[in-house]
Amino acid sequence: MKTVVTRMLCASAILVGVVAAGAQERPAAPPPGDPRVGLKAGFKNPGVAASNMELVKNLPKPPGFFDPKEPAGSETEPEKPEETEGAEKPAAPPAEKPAAKPPAGGKPAAKKPTAQRGSGLNFVNSDMAFRGNQLFIGNFSGFNIYDIANPAEAQLIASVICPGGQGDVSIRGNLLIMSVEQTRGRIDCGTSGVEDPVSRERFRGIRIFDITELKKPRQLAAVQTCRGSHTHTLVEDPDDKANIYVYGSGTGTPRPAEELAGCSAGKPEEDPNTALFSIDVIQIPLASPEKARIVSRPRIFADPATGAIAGLAKKGDHGPGTQTTSETNQCHDITVFPALGLAAGACSGNGILLDISDPVKPVRLDAASDKNFAYWHSATFNNDGTKVIFTDEWGGGTRPRCRATDLPEWGANAIFDIVDRKLQFRSYYKLPAPQTEVENCVAHNGSLVPVPGRDIMVQGWYQGGVSVFDFTDSAKPFEIAYFDRGPVDGKRLITAGQWSAYWYNGHIYGAEMARGLDIFRLKPSEHLSPNELEAARLVHYDAFNPQQQPLVTFPAGATVARAYLDQLMRNNAIQPDRAAAVKAALDSNDRAQLATLAAQLGQDAAAATGRDAARLKALAETLPAK
Amino acid sequence: MRIWPVCFAALAAATAGTACRTAEPDQPPIIQPGAPGESSRVIAPPDAANPRRPADSAADVAFMQGMIGHHAQALEMTALLKVRTRSDDMKKLAQRIEVSQADEIRMMRDWLESRGAEAPGEHAHHGEGVTLMPGMLTPEEMSRLAAATGPAFDKLFLEYMISHHEGALVMVKKLFSTPGAAQDPDIYAFASDVDADQRMEIARMAAMLKELQK
Repeated sequence: MKTVVTRMLCASAILVGVVAAGAQERPAAPPPGDPRVGLKAGFKNPGVAASNMELVKNLPKPPGFFDPKEPAGSETEPEKPEETEGAEKPAAPPAEKPAAKPPAGGKPAAKKPTAQRGSGLNFVNSDMAFRGNQLFIGNFSGFNIYDIANPAEAQLIASVICPGGQGDVSIRGNLLIMSVEQTRGRIDCGTSGVEDPVSRERFRGIRIFDITELKKPRQLAAVQTCRGSHTHTLVEDPDDKANIYVYGSGTGTPRPAEELAGCSAGKPEEDPNTALFSIDVIQIPLASPEKARIVSRPRIFADPATGAIAGLAKKGDHGPGTQTTSETNQCHDITVFPALGLAAGACSGNGILLDISDPVKPVRLDAASDKNFAYWHSATFNNDGTKVIFTDEWGGGTRPRCRATDLPEWGANAIFDIVDRKLQFRSYYKLPAPQTEVENCVAHNGSLVPVPGRDIMVQGWYQGGVSVFDFTDSAKPFEIAYFDRGPVDGKRLITAGQWSAYWYNGHIYGAEMARGLDIFRLKPSEHLSPNELEAARLVHYDAFNPQQQPLVTFPAGATVARAYLDQLMRNNAIQPDRAAAVKAALDSNDRAQLATLAAQLGQDAAAATGRDAARLKALAETLPAK
Repeated sequence: MRIWPVCFAALAAATAGTACRTAEPDQPPIIQPGAPGESSRVIAPPDAANPRRPADSAADVAFMQGMIGHHAQALEMTALLKVRTRSDDMKKLAQRIEVSQADEIRMMRDWLESRGAEAPGEHAHHGEGVTLMPGMLTPEEMSRLAAATGPAFDKLFLEYMISHHEGALVMVKKLFSTPGAAQDPDIYAFASDVDADQRMEIARMAAMLKELQK
């Protein structure tokens, strides 16, 4: 008890310190009475708290993706139908503690089930990919295709059943790539599972579908891998237009060679061909995708000096209590940033930085460890490639790890600067509002919100909801918007919540594991001006796979210029008369005056330092002077 | 937004689950692809959301029951650590094991109870003639740990907890190699998480042990 109190005091002290030292963009700490605390439980009508963002559409999971007897995935407490979603105030006391005390010992008797056994993770939503006006949401049982041409009126186009989890999806043209890891996965997309531990019917690996006909996708290829595919990442080689590549990250136990030839779970010192300590690189020939195959299993954890396969030993040793042995034998997820030739791998015990100039032969540049991290889960770069955020999926995503008693640096994001292609830790960011013990919650998937001049990320925290935060100053991240629902059930933890939350062409899309598709709009606030938001909405992707990070470029013009101007004014980094002149010239579209101002701003930038110098320069270059 | 909740409620009530489909002929299709190269077919919702899941195998139930006792002993060990060690790193290690495993015991208990299966008490592994799960400490080893103090305690704790965790990995391996086991996605996810988490903790503890031995 004492240790907990001490730590909580410490945490408050840190928060206070950060606020005191914060720049102008940094707001006050979250108010003590955060409206996310104490939200009413409910599957269909939970309490809701939102700040600076709003839900514009929710589409529950379609038929086929839930058990009609238990749409939430498990039996829930009865809900009052008259209450509607959208109540901003907590409507009920915090959830009761679940589960009566267990018997203290002796031989327990088998009892009647206390609840329906539920479908659990059978039908939960997972990751998303986007193409044009279409959204593809993976599911442990298949995937769904939505029309998002008008997000407020989003509609389902078709559902595809093909169980095996996690069902993470990516899109390239008319190909949809999907991850399969579970032992129940079948080559023929059947729902009956595979009971035999060795079976030719089992499928674990990368499926490739033809989605030319959206209402009738076909399976083109299925590339078996030793560990299955927990997640995957598409990679394109600028020098090889005929093929695309997939980095398959398998985290499962390697299967026996009797089921898939060549698979081995041997220790690397005993078996140099072990399926551990590698990723799968799969080549997909665009002209004949059915010929997809594994082309390499690079030893990205190897020690370049000794060649030892389990080579992260002694590297990235951050002192006593940190990891120094070589248990990192898998990546959980890899994010590539092709424009920079970089990838960030979140690889169980380490975060690694890779040079992917040759995608088939990734080369490790650096590896970080962190004694507060339980499990390195995913990565997101900022748009300059000068920072990377790694998440820690402590508890695996199905357990509550955002309780007031859970340390703020556990199950959080770690924000690193990339300096000379090396990782330098700067800070942690964890969802600021504590959640109950019946809400699975930990850092999970997100993407950048493309605001020029700032680094902003939107992120799903499972039943912790969605959090949008600024990490422009990597040492001082702060929240600027959020959306949260109460737990699905007040007494039992039923796995649900935002698997991922991504920005795509002006809206935020959330894949709620149990409650379906959520579509949000960010709202302007003291943390985000209307001009900044409008500039973000100018950014258009033709397609978006969040683990394949695009370099965002902002169109020159008045909107983006006004966004930079707002930031400079917010930071007192521009002379008031200069700011007024720029604003007047933009309003009157006085090209000659804008040209003069651009030149002056260029000089201002030369005299300034840091982020604001970059903003002044960007403003000068963005002004519509010609 | 208006149509769906109605649909949804109807579906939840209708056992056949076809209320929506009948009412709306333009309902988006549910496709089940075939094996690579084979054609796809349109199926009805009840065939898709097949609530008949592969049965929980006896191995799944035994894994959960055994792991409760296994976790419970880890908590007894961390309870000792809190009053024996002087190292902050050791306390933090204990806190993480405690938070994670106490919560996982709740989850396993819930999983078992919702299936009407026996959920062992947290002291059931102390009983006469109980077979200990792999890696668990014998009563003699537990007494030896309880009697140790200072750096000797830290060293013994790390050694014991490493082999305790290694026992959990053995249990996972056994589960995955048992016919019909771990078909349930929840069991698959939990066993995979135990494997990943405890491997990382073993690495952490091995490093701490190495420091102690310097």
